[in-house]
Amino acid sequence: MYRITDHIIDTQALLAAVARPEAGGTVLFVGTTRDHNEGHVVERLEYEAYREMAVTEMARIGDEIRRRWSVVEVAMVHRIGVVPIGEASVAVAVAAAHRDEAFAACRFGIDTLKATVPIWKKEFYVGGERWVGACHRHPTPEEREVTG
Amino acid sequence: MTVRVLFFAYLRERAGTRETTVELPDGASVDDLRRQLRVRYEGLDLADNVRMAVNRVYVDNPYVLHDNDELALIPPVSGG
Repeated sequence: MYRITDHIIDTQALLAAVARPEAGGTVLFVGTTRDHNEGHVVERLEYEAYREMAVTEMARIGDEIRRRWSVVEVAMVHRIGVVPIGEASVAVAVAAAHRDEAFAACRFGIDTLKATVPIWKKEFYVGGERWVGACHRHPTPEEREVTG
Repeated sequence: MTVRVLFFAYLRERAGTRETTVELPDGASVDDLRRQLRVRYEGLDLADNVRMAVNRVYVDNPYVLHDNDELALIPPVSGG
């Protein structure tokens, strides 16, 4: 299951999607939106995706996971639009025969998702907003004080 | 040939549109399109950290485009 959703992520659905009789260990990673980043108090986060490619890219990561580990099943979901602070923005579930493979593959899955899947996060904070990862950015409060 | 171009995140905001079409001579590469977009959208930051995807797969600058390709400008991603 590889999905972009506009709604709350149902982590039980991810676990159900990877459940198999031959799986002895399942790792579920859940990324939640944080109320602070690099000195800012974050009030709101908004995600945008290149939907069709994001799903294709997640499936490609799933294929890569299967090549590297003897994994039984993989599921990835990313939420887009406004995600309130403290709610899940992303979830990756990996089921394998044993826990070592499940942990390693899940770690690779979320790391690679963050590096290659075309999704962008915009932070809104007191006094500004910025696209995370963009080289142009608004100055932090500290920088603003320095530059006046 | 005609290529569909998609903008996302800060590039979408800077360009003021989600998508456009661009006319290119046959045999044009991704790099040729990059140059044309820089002219059309003056000030659009198309630095090397903006990756290109053609028909939903990442490609390099020398990649040769075809009629009706869907090209997406992919600024540094920040999902998660």
